[in-house]
Formats: sequence, structure tokens, C-alpha cells
Amino acid sequence: MPIRFEHKPGLVVYLTAGDPSLEATRAIALAALDAGADVIELGVPFSDPVADGPVIQRASERALARGTRLKDVLTLAKELRAARPSAGLVIFSYLNPMLRYGLSKFADDAAAAGADGVLATDLIVEEAREYLAELARVGLAPIFLAAPTSPDERLEAIAKHSRGFIYAISRTGITGKQQSLAADAAELVARIRRWTNSIDGGLPVAVGFGISNAQHVAQVAEFADAAVVGSAIVELVERSKAEDAPGAVARFIEGLRLPHAALTR
Amino acid sequence: MASILLPASPSQSRPGRFGVYGGRYVPETLMAALMELEREYEIAKRDAAFQAELNALLTDYAGRPTPLYFARRLTESLGGAKIYLKREDLLHTGAHKINNSLGQGLLAKRMGKKRVIAETGAGQHGVATASACALLGLECVIYMGDVDMERQELNVKRMRLLGAEVRGVSCGSKTLKDAISEAMRDWVTNVRTTYYLLGSALGAHPYPTMVRDFHRCIGREMKAQILKKEGRLPNAVVACVGGGSNAIGAFYEFIPERQVRLIGVEAGGHGTTLGEHAARFQGGAPGVLHGTYSYVLQDDDGQIALTHSVSAGLDYASIGPEHAMLHDTGRAEYVSRTDEEALDAVRVLARAEGILPALESAHAVAEAIRMAPRMAANEILVVNLSGRGDKDMGIISRELKL
Repeated sequence: MPIRFEHKPGLVVYLTAGDPSLEATRAIALAALDAGADVIELGVPFSDPVADGPVIQRASERALARGTRLKDVLTLAKELRAARPSAGLVIFSYLNPMLRYGLSKFADDAAAAGADGVLATDLIVEEAREYLAELARVGLAPIFLAAPTSPDERLEAIAKHSRGFIYAISRTGITGKQQSLAADAAELVARIRRWTNSIDGGLPVAVGFGISNAQHVAQVAEFADAAVVGSAIVELVERSKAEDAPGAVARFIEGLRLPHAALTR
Repeated sequence: MASILLPASPSQSRPGRFGVYGGRYVPETLMAALMELEREYEIAKRDAAFQAELNALLTDYAGRPTPLYFARRLTESLGGAKIYLKREDLLHTGAHKINNSLGQGLLAKRMGKKRVIAETGAGQHGVATASACALLGLECVIYMGDVDMERQELNVKRMRLLGAEVRGVSCGSKTLKDAISEAMRDWVTNVRTTYYLLGSALGAHPYPTMVRDFHRCIGREMKAQILKKEGRLPNAVVACVGGGSNAIGAFYEFIPERQVRLIGVEAGGHGTTLGEHAARFQGGAPGVLHGTYSYVLQDDDGQIALTHSVSAGLDYASIGPEHAMLHDTGRAEYVSRTDEEALDAVRVLARAEGILPALESAHAVAEAIRMAPRMAANEILVVNLSGRGDKDMGIISRELKL
């Protein structure tokens, strides 16, 4: 199932799988999709998340404390796929859990679960040869990160190897909310477009890191195809009771697009 | 496990790879900085003026060359091989770490970076880096796990006195692993202005190579000194291995000398169950932590395991990638000694020679104490005494009930 952004702007929602429980993540993901999210990124909790800020670190710790394992995340993906056949589903993980699982087995099982793509936070294109071969073998889209610090030749390689979409990091730094969107983001997306426009139909570019409100989403809509919302939602889940979290997340996501709709009218 | 993501065979090795180990596994944001660092280091390495400046500091400021000392009384009491101690403990700031901190500090300055960050476990790398930054006029922030701040309190105060800001890390195991993670988060955020002065032969390329190069002087001096004193090479070189910087520095010149055994000593902690030790070659499996592919203590799901050692500097779940290669090829041997054996070695060396070793280095001394009686009197063991034990007096006095 190719990843499609039906809405403009598209919305990618990151959830730390297993926080506060796998059942809760499933309910939240379904609510998010029904509220208009195009893609769910299921975050595999990791003991040493070097690219993440305190919110996702805490969520990972809670998920691990409950014994969440990579195989559980794949089972959750399968359930989401069965429930929402057209949703975009991405497995979002640090490399080591996938290595330990076995890259080949991981690719088989993620594809069988119905995932569309995989994002490995700490894997750069130069080190990804076998990973790319395994994902290609089973038709999973490799999604790579692009950073404001990436020189043009790296962006070219990232565009060449990415499928589904490219995840453009809005600023240097770790995940977490921020007040305003750095000017870095627009410039980065413009540089990425030089390489993606030549790809069939143009590979979409999603912007993430620090997106937490409708204003950010509207800003992103001006220059990118989709916005990724992570820490803001993970923090909302943290603050909510498990049974209230799906409703709270759905309302939050609905609110993210409202001003944009007003802006474009 | 299959060599995933890696060159199919060691012969396809390229810079930054040690056999199948090493590489660069980092968030994309850091790639430009790593590439810049690699470029600048390659230029500096070949720059005679840079090397002259570093050598002058190593000689006049740090105190190189360090002596190779024949431990006569220890040798006699054990009744076997002759034991020599490479006295890195006599260096300024108390351990080998200053070799690397001065080297990278000069590099940071050359690159125009004004802010330096570093992680520290035992505090020795933190103190060395804080000193180098004071000397070179650089802003310095040191990340240190809360557990380590408590057990190496003296070094925390030294760093502060030297003008560094020490930031406690309260996530995870609150030890070296978490200090590195937090330093990486800082670097990802401030990558344009900040130099990450990594303290061991770990992390993404070029760090394992660069840190090893800055410590090569240890083995180079050792070799010349033993040839002068004994007219021959030693039978074995013994060094403790946390990340592995002092060990790789001591081993490197001897790698082509096949008759010299190279023995790395890991922390055996207080048990063999995962979580009770930091012996990566006994219970670890290849994996990725902090940017490099090496042996990693981890669970069946690829989550990094907690570790334990009485010595903060050895208390880490992974090991430098070059050691992983030396292990797999059999060129170096890796053993482990327990907390108790290390503490015994502290007492033995203190009484026999009047030398107080760091708890890290005491693991190497413990291995020498075990090996020497099984060797002939005409054989030679060189122990890299990587640091001195003043910093450990709190733990030592508690553990040995002084």
C-alpha cells in the first residue's frame, strides 16, 4: 500500500507504541486516523533514544517498563492494518532492536503485518545497503531523515533512496515541542525539492520536530506536503488517562487543521 | 549474528571500519559535523605545526614520556614473570585521558569551535577535558551520570574548579552510557557551534581512529622503553578495557609483533548475569550503540543492558570497535576480573610498590597478579597503569573498610 497524503497538508502522527499500553496505542492510533491523520508512525521503544527529547524518552521508558517488544509493535501494526486498510503505517525504530530481531526477518514480518514503510533514526544512507535490499525485497518504503545540516550531495542520496516520503527535520536538535518553526525548515525543503521533483510524481516531503499547534501546521503547509506531530501528542497521551487519550488526541488532531482550512479559503 | 548492513567481508574494509565493526550509525543531523571532523583531523594529522604544538603540550604540560617502571617487589612477591608498569598514572590530571583531551582540544580550537562538550564516567576524561579547555580558553560542559557524580565526587569538584559546567544525567542507569546519550543530544542540538570531545575509542567514525591515534604514544614509548631496558619485546601487554582507549593506545604498536600477547581486561563486576558486569565479550552480541557497531551487552529484544562495575570508567555496555575486531581475529585476548579482584589488586600494589592505582587500572593489575606466577621468571609482562586511584578513595575506603 503506497503512502498517500489525501489531505493538504498531510498529517503524520508519531506514537510511542506501548505507552501507556499496546491496547491504548491501538485505540489512540485509530482515533488519530479517524480524526484525519494520514500516516501513523509506530515508535518502537528503545532504551537509549539519543535523538529524542525528554517527552519521548519518558514514553519509551514507560513502554519498556511494560515489556513492549518489537514483535508486539508488529502485531499492533497488523491490527491497525486490518482495521484501517488505507491508512499509512510506518515502523519507526532505532537500529539495534531491528538488528537483534534480524533485518531479514524484520522485513518479512513488517511487510506481513501490512506496514508501508520503515524509518530507522540512526541509520544513514551510506550504511544502509543491506537494509535497503531487505526492504526492497518485501516492498517496504525506506524513509530517511534529512537535516538542515545535510549538504546537497547528502540530500541527493537521501532523495534517491527514500520511498513513501522524506522526513525533513525542522531544526538541529532532538525531538520536542518548540515555540516557532525555524527558518531552517523552509530552506531545507526547498533544497530537497531539487532532487525529489524528478522522482515519479514528486516524492512527498514531511516536516517534523517541534510541530505542536495549528499555526505550525499551517506554516508547514506553505512549503511541504505534510507535517509530523510527535512529542506534542506523546505528551498529551502522558497527561491523559488511558481511556481519555483517544478522544483527546482526536480533538487535538482536528484542531491542527482548522486554522489552515480557514487560511486557504 | 550475520554481519548486517556491513561490508560482506573485512577485506572490503574502508576508513572507519575495523573488519565488520565500526562505521557511523547516527542521526542524519550529525553527519555533516562528523564529515567535517574527519576532514579536519586528516589535515591536522599531517600538519607538522599541529603535531609540534601537541607534542610540546604532551611533554611540558602533561608530562610525557611517562616512565616504564620495573615493579621489583610485586614481581618478587608473585614469583613469576617480570612485571613492568607503564606509568600513565603519573600524567597531569592523573590518567592517560589527557593525551586525547589535548589532541582533540587543539583540533576544536583549529576548527574555530568555542564550546566543547564531553561525557565522563569516572571523571578522568572530564577532568582532562576541563583542564585542556581551561588551557586553551574554551567553554566546557561535561555530562556525567548522577550515580557516577556521587561515586566520583572529588572529580566533579575538580571539574568545577577548572571552570567546567558539570551537568548531571538522571535518565537510564545514570552512568557513562547515559552521559554519552545526553552529550549526543547536546551535540545534535548545538552541532554548528559545538565540538564533541569524546573520551574513548568509541562512537561514530572518525572517533575510534582519532582517539586511538592520540593514545598511540603509550605503546610507542612502551616499546622503545622495554627494548632499552630488556633488549627485547614483552611476552604480554595487559590493559583494562572500558571503551578501550588506554588499551588500544597500549596495544597498537604491538599488533604487528605477533609474539606479544595483547590482553584486555574487562570489568567482571559481581556476577555473570546480565546487569551484574560489563564484560562485553562474555555475554555481549554485535549491535549498534552510540554510533558504532561493536559488541554490546543487550537483551533478546535489542534493548541495551544495564551494567555494573565498581569502577565507573569500565561500567559501559559496549566496547570500542577496534577491540571487537582484535577479539574476533584472535589478535588480542579479552578476560574479565571482578570487583573484588580489582579491590584486592589495589591493596596489593599499594603495599608492594607504594602505588595507588585507579580502580579501572586495578583490573589490569589483577590480571597481572593472576598471570605472573604462571609464567617463567625470564618472561616479561607490561601492565598499562592507566590512572591513579586518588579519585577512588571514597569507594576504596568503604569497600576495604580502611
